[in-house]
Amino acid sequence: MIDKKVASAGAAVADIFDGASVMIGGFGTAGMPDELIDALIARGVGDLTIINNNAGNGESGVAALIREGRVRKIVCSFPRQPDSHHFDAAYRGGKIELELVPQGNLAARIQAAGAGLGAIFTPTGYGTLLAEGKETREIDGKHHVLEYPIHADFALIKAQRADRWGNLVYRKTARNFGPIMAMAAKTTIAQVADIVPLGSIDPEAVVTPGIFVQRVVKIAPALAAAA
Amino acid sequence: MNRLNRDQMAARVAWDIPEGAYVNLGIGLPTKVANYLPQEREIFLQSENGLLGMGPAPAPGEEDWELINAGKQAVTLLTGGCYFHHADSFAMMRAGHIDICVLGAFQVSVTGDLANWHTGEPGAIPAVGGAMDLAIGAKQTFVMMELLTKQGESKLVEACTYPLTGLGCVSRVYTDLAVFDVGAEGASVIEMVDGLTIEELRKLTGVPLAFAA
Repeated sequence: MIDKKVASAGAAVADIFDGASVMIGGFGTAGMPDELIDALIARGVGDLTIINNNAGNGESGVAALIREGRVRKIVCSFPRQPDSHHFDAAYRGGKIELELVPQGNLAARIQAAGAGLGAIFTPTGYGTLLAEGKETREIDGKHHVLEYPIHADFALIKAQRADRWGNLVYRKTARNFGPIMAMAAKTTIAQVADIVPLGSIDPEAVVTPGIFVQRVVKIAPALAAAA
Repeated sequence: MNRLNRDQMAARVAWDIPEGAYVNLGIGLPTKVANYLPQEREIFLQSENGLLGMGPAPAPGEEDWELINAGKQAVTLLTGGCYFHHADSFAMMRAGHIDICVLGAFQVSVTGDLANWHTGEPGAIPAVGGAMDLAIGAKQTFVMMELLTKQGESKLVEACTYPLTGLGCVSRVYTDLAVFDVGAEGASVIEMVDGLTIEELRKLTGVPLAFAA
């Protein structure tokens, strides 16, 4: 019997290794899998490459990973925020490498990895600092920049509901990068508010098919809210 | 002269958004436009973090922090609205499904180049977000900004000196003193506030201005 349920956040991240590349879902704090990140911090690994839209907010999630000195490089679109003080300090101190990517290119590069594409031509960023040194091509009279896929060893995402096959549905704007990161990583770990029996999720409404998800772990919403 | 305040600028932009338009309002000043969309028009607001049919802020105490806008403020979803993931959201922008996006700016050139993401100052932490995708992808990109900096320099310029967000992507610029069309033909004045003359506007901006009578 296939059962992707894992008993705890700690067990779910137990094979994440030093130097791993880890996609982390979330836009700001919406969709950020805080409990999986806490488990990753507790596991003690470092030298990580993190792919996330932002570079941490406040004290939890990605901000906590950076505060604990576990992140060697971050790939993101919008690091500078009013509450990104841990990233700001690490960046100014030369302790973290930043690859800044326009948000749509970030999504497209993650999606390209998940779809098995070798690269994409995107019009976004043409003629700007963020395309310097990159190959360009004019297609149908419009300038494009060659961008490569972003792969990762692991994806940590947050969804609302899963079944034991790993089918997922999300909640509101906490969905954001979850579905495409699930496709792009070698191992995708989803923390969910609820795990339901097979067949309880309407097949027409499955957002992430279970083929893209290797592990699901239930984190009760009450705990999530208190964290 | 009757310089427009920020709410009046927002109302002016809102007046030009037609029934049925799919619209993305950038963070900061453009967010105000939502408050002035004519009630009788059905207009779809898109937010880059995955919603279409965005409604106003919830009542205090009703916030759901998994229902936020691009500025990470709590919002609501209108009846008929929907959620989607980030790749779909940016497909809407990049491929021209969004009719109009309204962005703030540090500078806009008379040919429609936009600079709004980075001052380029040493030590400044760069952050781009969705600005580059929005600027080049929507059918029409509007900019909304005060015409002059606090030091009195024109933000409508012949060529941007700040790092670019996109080339030739802006079609219209709404300011507190005048509305301009910009593009390959250069800048032309669509309207000016009462009490301002084209000569004064040319002097303030220092750029060549046609006058669309």
